[in-house]
Amino acid sequence: MSKTLFDKVWDSHVVKHVEDGPDVLFIDRHMVHEVTSPVAFLGIENRGIDVLYPSKTFATADHNTPTINQHLPVADPLSANQLKALEENAAKHGISHWGLGHEKNGIVHVVGPEYGITQPGATIVCGDSHTSTHGAFGAIAFGIGTSEVEMVLATQCIMQPKPKKMRINVKGELSFGVTPKDVALYIISKLTTSGATGYFVEYAGDVFENMTMEGRMTVCNLSIEMGARGGMIAPDEKTFEYVKGREFTPTGAAWDKAMAYWKTLKTDDDAVFDKELTFDAADIEPMITYGTNPGMGMGISKSIPNAEDLEGGVATYKKSLGYMDFSEGDDMIGKPIDFVFIGSCTNGRIEDFRAFASIIKGRKKADHVTAWLVPGSHKVEAAIKEEGILDIIHEAGFELREPGCSACLAMNDDKVPAGKLAVSTSNRNFEGRQGPGSRTLLASPLVAAAAAVTGKVTDPRELMENANA
Amino acid sequence: MAYDKFEILKSTAVPLPIENVDTDQIIPARFLKATERKGFGDNLFRDWRYNNDDTPKADFVLNDATYSGKILVGGKNFGSGSSREHAAWAVYDYGFRCVISSFFADIFKGNCLNIGVLPVQVSPEFAAKVFAAIEANPNTEIEVNLPEQKVTLLATGESESFDINGYKKENMLNGFDDIDYLQNIKGDITAFAEDLPL
Ligand code: SF4
Repeated sequence: MSKTLFDKVWDSHVVKHVEDGPDVLFIDRHMVHEVTSPVAFLGIENRGIDVLYPSKTFATADHNTPTINQHLPVADPLSANQLKALEENAAKHGISHWGLGHEKNGIVHVVGPEYGITQPGATIVCGDSHTSTHGAFGAIAFGIGTSEVEMVLATQCIMQPKPKKMRINVKGELSFGVTPKDVALYIISKLTTSGATGYFVEYAGDVFENMTMEGRMTVCNLSIEMGARGGMIAPDEKTFEYVKGREFTPTGAAWDKAMAYWKTLKTDDDAVFDKELTFDAADIEPMITYGTNPGMGMGISKSIPNAEDLEGGVATYKKSLGYMDFSEGDDMIGKPIDFVFIGSCTNGRIEDFRAFASIIKGRKKADHVTAWLVPGSHKVEAAIKEEGILDIIHEAGFELREPGCSACLAMNDDKVPAGKLAVSTSNRNFEGRQGPGSRTLLASPLVAAAAAVTGKVTDPRELMENANA
Repeated sequence: MAYDKFEILKSTAVPLPIENVDTDQIIPARFLKATERKGFGDNLFRDWRYNNDDTPKADFVLNDATYSGKILVGGKNFGSGSSREHAAWAVYDYGFRCVISSFFADIFKGNCLNIGVLPVQVSPEFAAKVFAAIEANPNTEIEVNLPEQKVTLLATGESESFDINGYKKENMLNGFDDIDYLQNIKGDITAFAEDLPL
């Protein structure tokens, strides 16, 4: 029978199907971090169970870590306690641990691919909803709750009903200044934050085929923001090239065997999806959000829609705009901003910093803007230095911080103050996500860079040299 | 984590007719720093419930003595956002055993089922009736009958059935969780692991 990519990977991991219930799904790779794992470790200890396959779990500290002075003891006692718990739990159960200060430390979804933990055809879970990032490699990857973290530690399995399947095609060529982040925000704006709930998405079409691996990661990362369990892209030569030679990547005969298998990982021609959507790349321009969920986004040159023209509750829409202190019909361009955040597992990789640098080069940070530039990992940080991007950053009056989740969820000190407006390359613009009372505009690194140097929402295309123009 | 069995719940309900209530509202990230599962109920809806100086916001429903009960009725797409199970814990620890909505976000729904909070998905029409009934009389009682998979507005007798898969239903009725099940098939799991494609 014809199968989708998703079917192939899912079905090959089903240990057992429970009658009138979920599938028991075997998990190849389990990533844990300090915030959603302590209660799970406590759980298995209370039950007197050991970790079944310690070598399949990887721990890194990221959510709760400071992004300056990482060599000093962590000041917040609660955060320090969580970091210590992760370290102790990992040591006790023989799990690899890349804690704060470790050379391989970074955001869990950034380091996984960097070290080849992420591989095509694998099932990957983590107690963080943006685990969907790893789908860029043709893996089934999704976020789980702490009870499930406990299940994976104890049994290397979780119990999940098989989701429905959706394919999202984006055809054609992206216009000048349009990045993978814009593609994702565009799709979410069309589907809303619940449009893909219950589905697992496959992204297909020339736009994704032509995208770099890092761009694919950005797109898959944001799958959860339209409600999908996860998103994936069929592995191709680019994928294999990226994976090759990394620390956890198979070598020698194992590599040949893996390649032979990975090449089978694509949707059969006549396979059927429960839902299929197609968009035209030409319709996408640089995007920005104006509300309090990632579905409330639009092309940067447009004005905020009227409640009546949208699906969904008018009262909720108005509450959302009220929180943002925006009005229907407002232009986004020209709105003064206070903060800029470049980072997170959505846009904290080297290509994102290259994009940022391409705009700020030869310009200066706007005086009133506070900018947090936070690499996704030490590896990204090292590349920023090696490629001379750090010099560009310094010349423009910016500083680079140390890796971590930072203002993506504002669990550490990187909090946007109440009422302040931030342009952020992260993934959520929920009320207070970046600090109590903070207001967030989600956008690409190009849009964020343009805002950082002009101090207001600015169309980045005006600051870019269009080679084709 | 073991939890109390769920069979038939008869209770008044707390209405929250807002769409897309996300997990950052249910429990903001800065309250996720515990290493034990304790005290999350105090921070349920923290930023909607309290001012910056920790005084309660009078206009938020949890601070309004008119409404109480073990059932929370939310707007469409309840629980969107992060995978933090802390959101479900906060709902449970506050004292809710059931959330009714016309649509749930996936991970939140799964987390609820894993910790003993019953997510009851009803039609938008029925959800509207529930909100209207509570608005008309805050003491109106709702019965959530898990064995029969039925939710009833007791004042009028209007009811609707809801879906839950048979396996999860058994778990909720007995207070079991998935680890109990998985532990019993460990032999199957280790045999399977030997046989993976890579
Ligand atoms: S950067 Fe944000 S979304 Fe990514 S892992 Fe960290 S907290 Fe989660």
